[in-house]
Amino acid sequence: MSLAITAASAAETTDVKGIDLFLPATYDLFWSAVILVIIAVVVYRLMPKFTAILDERTAKIEGGIAKADAAQAQADAALAENQAQLQEARTEAARIREEARSEGAVIVAEQRVRASQEADRLVEAAQRQIDAERQQAAVSLRGEVGTLATELASKIVGESLEDSVRQSRVIDRFLDELESTATLSPKGK
Amino acid sequence: MLAQLQSALAEGETSGFHVPSIADFFPQAIFGEGTFYEFNRVQLIRVVATLVLLTVFFIAAKRATLVPNRFQNVIELILDFVRKNVIDEIFGPERGTKYVSMITTIFLTILAFNLTGVIPGLNLAGTALMGVPLLLALWVFFAYWRAGIQQHGFFGYIKANLFPPGIPWPIYFIVAPIELLQILVIRPASLAIRLVANMVAGHIMLVLCFSATQFFVWEAGPALKGFSVLTLGGGFVFTAFELLVAALQAYIFALLAAVYINMSLEEEH
Repeated sequence: MSLAITAASAAETTDVKGIDLFLPATYDLFWSAVILVIIAVVVYRLMPKFTAILDERTAKIEGGIAKADAAQAQADAALAENQAQLQEARTEAARIREEARSEGAVIVAEQRVRASQEADRLVEAAQRQIDAERQQAAVSLRGEVGTLATELASKIVGESLEDSVRQSRVIDRFLDELESTATLSPKGK
Repeated sequence: MLAQLQSALAEGETSGFHVPSIADFFPQAIFGEGTFYEFNRVQLIRVVATLVLLTVFFIAAKRATLVPNRFQNVIELILDFVRKNVIDEIFGPERGTKYVSMITTIFLTILAFNLTGVIPGLNLAGTALMGVPLLLALWVFFAYWRAGIQQHGFFGYIKANLFPPGIPWPIYFIVAPIELLQILVIRPASLAIRLVANMVAGHIMLVLCFSATQFFVWEAGPALKGFSVLTLGGGFVFTAFELLVAALQAYIFALLAAVYINMSLEEEH
């Protein structure tokens, strides 16, 4: 640069000196002032509008962000609540199921006991009835046996009383057989 | 490349090669020569830049809606950059709101005027002449003095700056004059000079590259024409570099303005 300036000042035939660059002429100051005042007036006049717009935008963006944050927080809270409720419901369901299971077990056991009691009772009643019927059968049989025996006896007596020894043996055997049949018959049933 | 340029320059002096010079920054008057309202090319460039800047800004403001369109997005990107990366960064959250318009004005003005340096047809940064940077620097100067006096009172501000607490008293003999010079001269002067010097240097580099290209292509002998590729490439590089510098210098100026005002507002130095 200094090279250029020296070359220039050597070449040019003017009375301008280097220091003049930093010592403004009156006309320079005058026109500079005019121009600067105009610029300053316009900028000062219009700046508030830009500032207002920029501030408003910032506020709007911040408001939007805040709103979004709030919505997010709300959503998070709702989600947490839902999950808590779901968890609660699950626990409740599990509890109810458990309860139902144990209750069912109790009921089954109860029913089993009752059924076996009923069965016992039925068996017992049947037994008793059987006994009674057997008794009755035995009684009626004994009566019939007497009649039969008498009939038989009269038949035997009427037809042949010569072999008395054989006759009595026949009667005894018959009676023994009858006896053993009577004692055997309940067992056979 | 320097050696080539040097030879080109040496040759240029004898064969109508346009060498960039300080005179570029003091062009002939369009009207009012010699008066306080002398109007020349630099003023014209500034007027054009101002019209473009204000038109864009005005349209953006008129059309500004809550949901931005593409054009508004670009404008708001710049405004947001100033607000976030300069003001919020330096002042912290609350204190800077008062200075948003001021810092934005400074940033936009310098950016627009810097960019004229690489716009074909204009080719000279509106900030390459001391007037605008100096006035902006003076604006910053008054702003930080005003802020300091409002915050601490006149003597409070002087005391806070010249006699920072926490150093042994003999040091004040050194520190106080330096600090005084700092808040009176160095801060505004450095702001203005930094900007002007950058723009002047950028302009000279660009003109050098492009006029050398012109010279090599049209006037130099066949053997030298090849150099035009180098100088044109240099022109590309420096144009891109100037774009960067234009934005960077606007940022630095705005940032330092904010820093100076904030230093006045701070309780302890």
